[in-house]
Amino acid sequence: MKRTATILLGNPLSVLGLILVGFVVLTALLADFIAPYPDHAGAVVDFVNANKPPSAEYWLGTDVVGRDILSRIFYAYRVSLGLGIVVLSIATPIGVVVGLLAGYIGGWTDYILMRITDVFLSIPPLVLALAIMGLLEPTLLNGMIAVTAMWWPWYARLVYNIARAEKVEGYVLAAEIIGGGRMHVMFREILPNCVPAIVTKMTLDFGFVILIASSLSFLGLGVQAPTPDLGSMVSEGTRYLPDSWWLTVFPGAAILIAVFGFNLIGDVLREVLEPD
Amino acid sequence: MRILTRLSIRLATTVLVLFGVSVLIFLIARIIPGDPARIALGPRASEAQVEQMRRTLHLDEPLFAQYAHFVGDLFRGDLGISLYTNRPVTTDIAQFLPATLELVILAGIMMIAIGLPLGAISARYRGRWADHVIRVLTLMTVSAPSFVWAVVLVLLFSYYTPLFPIAGRIAETITIPPVTGFMLIDTLIAGRWDGFLSALHHVFLPAFALSLSGIGQAARLTRANMIGTYEQPYIEMAQAYGFSERRIAARYAFKPSLIPSLTIIGLDFAALLGNAFLVETIFAWPGLSRYGVGVILQKDLNAIVGTVMIISATFLIANLIVDLLVSVINPRIRYAERSE
Repeated sequence: MKRTATILLGNPLSVLGLILVGFVVLTALLADFIAPYPDHAGAVVDFVNANKPPSAEYWLGTDVVGRDILSRIFYAYRVSLGLGIVVLSIATPIGVVVGLLAGYIGGWTDYILMRITDVFLSIPPLVLALAIMGLLEPTLLNGMIAVTAMWWPWYARLVYNIARAEKVEGYVLAAEIIGGGRMHVMFREILPNCVPAIVTKMTLDFGFVILIASSLSFLGLGVQAPTPDLGSMVSEGTRYLPDSWWLTVFPGAAILIAVFGFNLIGDVLREVLEPD
Repeated sequence: MRILTRLSIRLATTVLVLFGVSVLIFLIARIIPGDPARIALGPRASEAQVEQMRRTLHLDEPLFAQYAHFVGDLFRGDLGISLYTNRPVTTDIAQFLPATLELVILAGIMMIAIGLPLGAISARYRGRWADHVIRVLTLMTVSAPSFVWAVVLVLLFSYYTPLFPIAGRIAETITIPPVTGFMLIDTLIAGRWDGFLSALHHVFLPAFALSLSGIGQAARLTRANMIGTYEQPYIEMAQAYGFSERRIAARYAFKPSLIPSLTIIGLDFAALLGNAFLVETIFAWPGLSRYGVGVILQKDLNAIVGTVMIISATFLIANLIVDLLVSVINPRIRYAERSE
């Protein structure tokens, strides 16, 4: 843990990543206090100040109904981060259990579980999420279900590959010989060795969940108005290109900042934790 | 293993996975709340009409029988009628899919043609400024959804400097009779060289926007693989022989790294197919995207199921092709074939 911190703070790229992620997390947490117009997160209409370019009063301009874009970005970060936490904390355990079972037990369990995983992996991720959202109602909760459904197979694959490699290692054999049960070997012996890879993947995926969620709402199938969301902000703004460029460029940049931050950290972590 | 055996195993797995996809889609389509017959007929239909519809759609039979009907229709190429356009789903998809595929294939070519060399340069100059610049840039391209890049590109190269058209597939003054649906091919069939150039001009910017994240992925992957290869003893041997760094990079480090890269690029094709939905919206590209989102918002069951099945099949076929390419390129597989 301490070693990881030293590494992250020693690399300029991960320091930049920590700064960006820190910015995103802080603005999301403190949105109520630092957003210039906290009430603009809801369904406020102010037509006098509608569609104004960036100014001293509205740093990033206002949208077509006169809401401050900066304030809406802060609140949208809150939604994005919440979504990321929920999706990953459901998808990761499912994927880990499937991967461990398939990798360690092997045989038919392996074959059936991994073919199911293949099925999920062979539908383009966004299309699977779209199909689920289409058949259910496009709400935030269903959005989470859709994104979770497309996410767990990647963890299953990851853990499966590690478990298969680890199960022939000496320490696993030793644990088996002294009478360790399947559950013990899987969760107490093999799982700890998967943790670095899982943590790295989660860091990178946090960014990608934000990215996919914004893509869904960009298509009008994710977070619904008036909840602020970066994807739907870009989508609304595209109708006013090129004159009202701030409507799309700033929310777009906000996505880039958040995802880039997580990717920078994840990238450095991967290089250090998985030296291969 | 003989290539034929290998091919038939891969083919069987593909069919098996496609079967799984059909079960999954079928199940999702059946567990949705609401009566499909009622949705199809609308709220004004009488109970008797709904009952009649339930019988036509086989909804009164057990789930297993329903699935059998579903697969039977699938084999006959019958995906049902779209409630959104009132035409057979296959007709709709046949109309919109070529435009999307044209975009995706061109983006795939860009991804390989730009991404692989970028990754190779990055690995060759590891730790130097070229490597740092490429790494940060490629990490940025994967850090924003393709619709953000589409907006940026359209602002910069269509509005502020009008180098590329804002929307459409071909200049409005040119009419090309559709044969394959691929504008780049149809213009050539019609012998319209000006049309071909116009179509290429129109498809370039959307394809580039679509390919950006793929370029980043391909470059990062190639870099990682090549760095792994550089640590192999035979590279040191080549250096000891005094071969030029350029030759070592191209002949000894790049080629072996190509094989794992290509395999993953096959997977990236899935991302391109999905992301095409996002890019098409910005460029008003007449592909599957508008249709797909339309049918989803309309809860058009047949069309949703059909679209997902077709896209997944396209993706699986693309992966199969990549796999075959890899086995042709990979000397280990090629020579194993000969020695048998």
